[in-house]
Amino acid sequence: MATTALVDPDTGLTQAQLAARHGLRVAGERPSLVEYSRRLWAYRHFIAAYANAKLVASYSNAKLGQLWQVLTPLTNAAVYYLIFGVVLAQNSIPNFIAYLTTGLFIFNFTQSAVLAGTQSISSNLGLIRALHFPRASLPLSTTITQFQQLLASMVVLVGIVLATGEPLTWQWLMLVPALLLQAVFNAGVVLLVARLGAKSSDLKQVMPFIMRTWMYGSGVLYSVSLFDRLPGWATTLVQYNPLLVYIELARYALLEEAPLLNESLTQLWLVGAGWALVAGIGGFIYFWRGEQEYGRG
Amino acid sequence: MVDHFDAPVEASATMTRTQERIPTVVVDDAHIIYRVHQGAAGGTTPVAALRRLVKRTHAPNVREVHAVKGISFTAYRGEAIGLIGSNGSGKSTILRAIAGLLPVNRGAIHTQGQPSLLGVNAALLNDLSGERNVTLGCLAMGMHPDDVAKQAAGIIDFSGINERGDFASLPMRTYSSGMAARLRFSIAAAKKHDVLLIDEALATGDKGFRKRSEQRVRELREGAGTVFLVSHQLSSVRDTCERTIWLESGVIRMDGPTDEVIRAYEAYANSK
Repeated sequence: MATTALVDPDTGLTQAQLAARHGLRVAGERPSLVEYSRRLWAYRHFIAAYANAKLVASYSNAKLGQLWQVLTPLTNAAVYYLIFGVVLAQNSIPNFIAYLTTGLFIFNFTQSAVLAGTQSISSNLGLIRALHFPRASLPLSTTITQFQQLLASMVVLVGIVLATGEPLTWQWLMLVPALLLQAVFNAGVVLLVARLGAKSSDLKQVMPFIMRTWMYGSGVLYSVSLFDRLPGWATTLVQYNPLLVYIELARYALLEEAPLLNESLTQLWLVGAGWALVAGIGGFIYFWRGEQEYGRG
Repeated sequence: MVDHFDAPVEASATMTRTQERIPTVVVDDAHIIYRVHQGAAGGTTPVAALRRLVKRTHAPNVREVHAVKGISFTAYRGEAIGLIGSNGSGKSTILRAIAGLLPVNRGAIHTQGQPSLLGVNAALLNDLSGERNVTLGCLAMGMHPDDVAKQAAGIIDFSGINERGDFASLPMRTYSSGMAARLRFSIAAAKKHDVLLIDEALATGDKGFRKRSEQRVRELREGAGTVFLVSHQLSSVRDTCERTIWLESGVIRMDGPTDEVIRAYEAYANSK
């Protein structure tokens, strides 16, 4: 191409020099991490509005509407209870229903966030190609939508736990920081899978398998005491599994006699906070590094 | 090979006497390649997907399109530039790249401020009401919630979707394609812009809406530094642009005063 033919006649500069002389920025250039965070903060209203809109839209075609927010986790719990509580008759755990539903709902928070997050870029290409906004808004609003869903299912969970005879104690308050830590962890993982999913649409097909494997490694459906039979290194691996940690924190808070893999509460908090920090910061930086590639699909 | 006309140089010589020419968009040998998925083909089983993930190969139904093949030009403040060319010549693609919505694979595009693309493609949430989409679209353009609240009613009036009953509170999936396009345009036109990129936005809607939107584009042009207009209607390019760039298969075929370029383009189109 004859680039030189288009050089500004007054100054004889090349295109790049001309742009530099007049202080033009490269279109779609990735801002610095600090600048990016600042812009994202400026878009907080959009993130919140988009999260709300998604929540409303997700049930707008169903006759029962928003009621599904509560019905879905309830049905889920009923199915798993039928199989693991009645058919396979788990007797080793006191108050198995509460044990199961706690694990299930906490795990489901991350699972649905990750599954939705995988597509948060690839299913919004129209919006991304039309308007200019920090792309992290989309995975973050996905996380918030899932957090709102979680609040609905927490109401159900509290109902189930109380109905099965657990006492209401001060320990229940631990649930709040535990869920917040998990939300930060989720945001980080969602940012990670959003970038991966934007690059390769195959991830959407593989993700359900990964999540199911993760579920079996998190002691959701059966007693965590089963993990003691594993070789030592594998038990350690499971012990540091972030989802197992968040589930145990919730069980610690809500249930009196649930079997726990991690005996030390301090360790649970430290590992939980550590994972939230690592995933949150790591996921954000990883997503930011791909910022200018998200339009290409 | 590309024809370069002397006209911009002459224009600059006359303009420097009155004021210095300030470039707002500098495109430097830009190449744009994008990947398209051709829809469901073979090899979509989870096992095949896993294998591709491990081997880091692309799905067989993905094809690369080299839409823009090395384009260079400079746009200055106060210019209105038309982009013409046959379908698939890369007009809309280069516009998206200037807006920073599509990355360039080689070369660079420099811009002043944040150019805004005024198109009809802003995909919103079809399950939500028109009103909610207005709020969401305005927030996505970076407007403050207070401004959005102030302007929302005006945007809906402008789009005219309420002319036949209260459609603003119905989900967008119930809209006709024309109504949806009108609403999207009205949302996009609600903001002021430094560099304004218009992509066939005026071709939608009935006569009344078209008149309103042409008026709105004129207002936006007065506020904007530089305007780009992509259109297949040569008359609208002739009316609004003094300079025109003719693209063909991703390269610049001609760049100069609108009259000359359109004459050459018409001769080319007729001879085909």
